Parts: sequence; structure tokens; C-alpha cells
Amino acid sequence: MNRQELNNFIEKEKEKLAEKGSKAQIRVCCGAGCLSSGAEELMNSLKEEIKAGNIDAEIIPTGCMGPCNQGPLVKFDPGNTIYQKLETGDVAPLLNSHLLEKTPVTEKLLFADSRENPSLNADEDPYFKKQLRIALKDCGHLDPEKIEDYLLLNGYQALDKALFAMAPEDVISEIKQSRLRGRGGAGYPTGLKWESVYRYVNDQKYVICNGDEGDPGAFMDRSLLEGNPHRILEGMALAAYAIGASKGFAYIRGEYPLAIKRFETAIKQARKLGLLGKNILGSEFHFDVEVRIGAGAFVCGEETALIASIEGKKGNPRPRPPYPAEAGLWGKPTLINNVETYAAIAPIINNGGEWYSEIGTAKSAGTKVFALAGKINNAGLIEVPMGTTLREVVYDIGGGIQGGGKFKAAQTGGPSGGCIPEEHLDVKMDYESLVNLGSIMGSGGLIVMDESSDMVDVARYFMEFCMDESCGKCVPCRVGTKMMHDLLQKICQDNATRIDLERLEELAEYVKETSLCGLGSSAPNPLLSTLRHFREEYENRVRETSPKHNVVD
Amino acid sequence: MMNAAFLKMINVIVEEFSHSYLVPSFLTLFMKSSVAGDWVTQHAKDPRVKLVAAKMKKENYRPDALIEILHTAQNAFGHLPLPILHFIGKGLKLPGSRVYSTVTFYHFFSLKSKGEHTCLVCTGTACYVKGAQAILNELEDKLGLKIGEVTKDNKLGVQAARCIGACGLAPAVVLDDEVHGKVLPADVLAMIHEKTNAHEQAGTE
Repeated sequence: MNRQELNNFIEKEKEKLAEKGSKAQIRVCCGAGCLSSGAEELMNSLKEEIKAGNIDAEIIPTGCMGPCNQGPLVKFDPGNTIYQKLETGDVAPLLNSHLLEKTPVTEKLLFADSRENPSLNADEDPYFKKQLRIALKDCGHLDPEKIEDYLLLNGYQALDKALFAMAPEDVISEIKQSRLRGRGGAGYPTGLKWESVYRYVNDQKYVICNGDEGDPGAFMDRSLLEGNPHRILEGMALAAYAIGASKGFAYIRGEYPLAIKRFETAIKQARKLGLLGKNILGSEFHFDVEVRIGAGAFVCGEETALIASIEGKKGNPRPRPPYPAEAGLWGKPTLINNVETYAAIAPIINNGGEWYSEIGTAKSAGTKVFALAGKINNAGLIEVPMGTTLREVVYDIGGGIQGGGKFKAAQTGGPSGGCIPEEHLDVKMDYESLVNLGSIMGSGGLIVMDESSDMVDVARYFMEFCMDESCGKCVPCRVGTKMMHDLLQKICQDNATRIDLERLEELAEYVKETSLCGLGSSAPNPLLSTLRHFREEYENRVRETSPKHNVVD
Repeated sequence: MMNAAFLKMINVIVEEFSHSYLVPSFLTLFMKSSVAGDWVTQHAKDPRVKLVAAKMKKENYRPDALIEILHTAQNAFGHLPLPILHFIGKGLKLPGSRVYSTVTFYHFFSLKSKGEHTCLVCTGTACYVKGAQAILNELEDKLGLKIGEVTKDNKLGVQAARCIGACGLAPAVVLDDEVHGKVLPADVLAMIHEKTNAHEQAGTE
């Protein structure tokens, strides 16, 4: 399909939409969370009721709407009214009341169980009001398995604009201007990364989408891939156009079968409309994408390990330089970005880099998706401007601690990050501020812990994770994580002495400095940050000396 | 003489030891490709073998498609029996050591049967904070199964996942591909009983 044909196709879809007029739309959240709370049965029951009652409404399965804890969720449009925790028995009365009698069912409205006046329009609820959804914008609104839905919401317009009105250099400078930084965790400026791959001259370059979201507690990549796969695909195509690549790989975790299925569907649909393949939209640009399924190794989130895995090998990282930008997949210049980074590309090209750079803080532009989980009332997926404080996220959006407990710490960055204590609740969530507190932004998992969490055990938990996930290539990580884990175990079992604690600290520094890749060099982070902020918990559990030590040392 | 009895013996040894890193990969060296060849000839009509063969053909026998093909094989067999690994290695012209090391590197692949039904407990951070350990303890207390173990009758296997990405619903377990969120240890046991009993009934009909 060339450009004109695609425009005609979109016009036809618009006409179809106009014919529907103000027909009620019932959106059923089919994100992984809601599916496991029974969204599928709910949708079937909605379909039956609508057919039986001859109700003029359309049912649209969507991706994740955000408040996963309240699922299954159903949204009624027009009106943007979300109902929560629905069961099949609620369907008939709800349809009757909301659609026919035009009276909303207040007790089933979103957050009806925790707020005095739940909002009729979900966007007015504090949960959504404080958010700024750019990456997640259409997630939870469009049907992820229909490319038409995406096209109707300005989908692939950024690609069209880039192909016909912008040179690759212009795309790169737009991204540079946006000050977008890698959302996978390290925060490297995306524009600079693109530029360096662009500069390497080679007949074959690759674009890779890192969807190996191994960080426990983070699920934004999953929701994006499940909820709006075309946005990611468009971002990848734009990146390929900018750097001169003709082939892309999306590396998605094997634990996410639904994301894999939806992304593969998206690829097929895009190929059919000429948005992937040879001479995209009639231009000179060729690009195609293949999905690669991960096989459950955390280290494969590291770029060189991920490349090895795509090549069909063990996911062992290798020393850098050379960076993948110079010699990546099969030795060719390769661009690797995270799913969430790709999700931001199309809006930036559509609205301009300047627009994006004005959101957020001086050093961290734009928005960040966080996965709120743990002992928090409104667990789910949120997107806020960089620089929003942790307090706002936990209390205003997250609705505070579950069961009225007391906030103890928020864990960010998973096994590579750290814990932020209560006294730093007002920290601005951006790359630098979190690093200053000994944590990292990471991919955006945010686990809230209350007084019942034992911080030494938290450190032990993450160390156990790193120990198991260490690929074994370099000694500091392979042996160091094991030794640190054993020492932490000893403290947890109240068998440790002060000497053990000193050893632990010393070891942590060594491992941090000398490991080959990010897994090892960040493995001590949870330990170091809990030592920094919750030192007394360690001190209380170690003895001054033990008889054994008197003899040995 | 590489005969079926020998092959069986090797399999028994590997089954016994495959939980440990000490499984000497030289064991796989004993399994000369001729043995794998015999096995495949014997099982040539097995649709699962055909599926793997077709996948290799589709991927043009490219060595870099190894992981994709292993996924297909594991989906078909439920785990990765050694002869199949040889079959794949031969097809892709990869040494057995390369196939074996790749299989043992990734958590997703298993050399042992995972059981007819599986109970996968998520041990991600959110689930950890909300009591995944209590579920694992209950499974160990009541069923005597630790992570990675299978009941003697091969009915049920217990596994742990790093994070299944259902953190909003922590703690979560996956029973035979079905995700269940916000579960209590007792719920999990009840659901397991329901699964295994339903299976028995289906079996007698």
C-alpha cells in the first residue's frame, strides 16, 4: 500500500466510525491483570446481555487501563466512566442502569470502595488527574489487535511525516532536542545513541527492541506491548529510518505469551498495509521486524547478553567497547532501546522535540511509567512527569499504604536499585535524584513496603536473585554475589558478627567496581542502600564477636 | 554397542543428577549422534518429533535459531529429552555441548518433566512482599514439594518464576497457564486439588 492508498483506507475507516455515531462503547480491560481477575468471562457475559437485550453498544477489548488492583475494569464511553471489580452477575443491572436508565451505578464506580465521592469521569479521579499519559496514552482505549483503531488515533502519522518530510538527520535532531533518555534504566540520552549508530557506515544495521523485562516488580513493557503494540512498532520503524537499518528484532520475555501474540499480530497487520516490508508507503525505505522469545534469563536485559541470545547463544555479556552501536548483532552496528523508549518516539515526532523537553525536570525530560505494587492501595500502572515526588506517587496516586499501615520504604530499580526511606518521601523522581539516594530509576518498578518488611531480608532476597541470575562469566559477580548472599543469610539467622558486616561492606564495593556488566556492578545496590538508610537493622542483628572468631582470627 | 538399554541408562543417570550443576556434560558426549539417530528413527512418526523437524526446516537450519527451536521442542514435549537435543544439534550442525549449555543456561528450558499439571509460584518482589514464601511453605508442608520438584506420579510439579508481571495482583500463581491473583496459601492448595481431581475423573471416563 502506498501513502495515498493508506490515506484512503484511513478515510474509509473514519467514515465507518462516523456511521456509528454516538453508539455506546464498552471497553473491557484485557490487560494481564484484569484477565486473571476474570475479564474474559465478563466480556462474554457483556456480549450475551447486549445481544439478548438488543442494546445498541459496541464491546471493545483493550489493553491495560492502569488500576490493576481494582480489576476487572470496564469503561463506558462516551463519558469515560470506569466500573471496577465487576462480576458476571453485575452485568445485566449495570447495562440496564448505565445505558438504558442513564443512571450510573455509584457503588461499582472506580475506587467506590475507597473514596467518598468516586468520580463519574475517571480522568477526574486523583489517580488519573495527577498523571500525564504519553507512552500509555491510548493503552486501555484502543483494541490492541486492530490496526484500524491505532490508525484512527493518528497512528503511523509520525512514520509518514518522517518518511516524506524529514531526513534521517532531522529525526535524530528531533529526538536529541526532546532530551529523551533511555527508559530501560541507565538513562543514556536516546538521541546521542541514535546518532552514534547513524554515524557508523555499514550495509547492514539492526534495530532491537528490548522487551526482556526481567526486573521483578516491573510490568510496563508488558502492558505497552499488550496494550498498544503498534506504537512500539512505529517507534522501531522510525528508529530504523533514522539510523539506516532494514531489520529489527523485538526480544520479548517468554513469560509474556500474550504480549508475544499481540506483537506478532501487529507485525502481520502492519505488513499487510505496507507499513513494514519493502518500500514502506511507497518510499525507498525497507524495514521488517521479527519477534525473538526470551527464555528466562535476567542477564539478557543487558544489551550485549541480549544480542548473544538473539544469535541463539547463551546470554553471556561481553566487555564494552566496542558498543553495540559499532559492533552489535552479528558484528553489525545495532541500536538497542527499551520498549518504553520506543513508545515515546511517535509522539515526539508528531508534536516536536521541544514539546517533550518541556515536560519533566532540567536533566530528565518527559514522563516515566511506574509499576506500583506491594503494600499500596491502588496498585497498577501509572505515568507521571519526571520530577513528581515519591510522596505524590505513593499517597495521591497510589492511595497510601494498604490497611492503613506506615510507609517504611519504596524499592525502585529492582535487583539493581535500592530502597528509599520515609525521610526521603519528597524526593523528586528523576534519574539523578534517585542515584543520589543510592537507588536507581531502573525500568520503573516501584514496590512499596510497610513496617512488616525486614530490610535485611529484603537485601537478602535481591542478593539471592542476583546470585541465581549471575551468568557466571566473571568472577566478581559469580563468586561475589554468592559470598554476599551467604553473609546476609548469616545475619538473617542472627549468626553474624561485626566482622561479617565489615566484610560484607568491603565485598560490596569490590563487586560493584570490578564486575563485567550491569548485573554484577549493580547487584550490591539493594544491600548498600539498605545499609545506608536502615543501618540500625543490621547493627541490631550482629554480635560484637563470636567465640569462633576469637580463635580463628 | 550403543543400544536402547544403554540409552535408557544414560537417561536415568541424567534424570537423577540434572538438578545439579555437577551433571557432567561429558555424559552427553556418550550419547553419540547415532543413538539419537536411532531414537529419532524409532519415533519418526511421533507428531512432536515431526513438529521439531518442521520448525528446523522452517528456520532453514540456521544455528542462530537454536533458542526458537528449543522453545518449539519444549512446547511439544513439555520438557527437553536428551535425544531431541541431539536431534536438534545434528540438524543445526551444532556440537552437543553448545546445545546442552544453552538449554541449561536458560531457566525456561528443563531437562526433566515438569509434571502434567504445574503450579508456578511468582517470587517477584511484589509477591515476595505480599507473602509468596508462605505459599511455597504451604506447598512444601502439605504436598512435600519444593521448587522444581514433581510428585512421584508426575501429576503435579511446583516451580517458581522470577516475576510474571502481574504485580498489581500479588501474590500470584500460575496454574497450568492460568494466572490467579491475590491468592492465599489455602486457595492455592484448593485449586491444585480441583485440577488434579478433575484430571482423575476425566481419566476414568
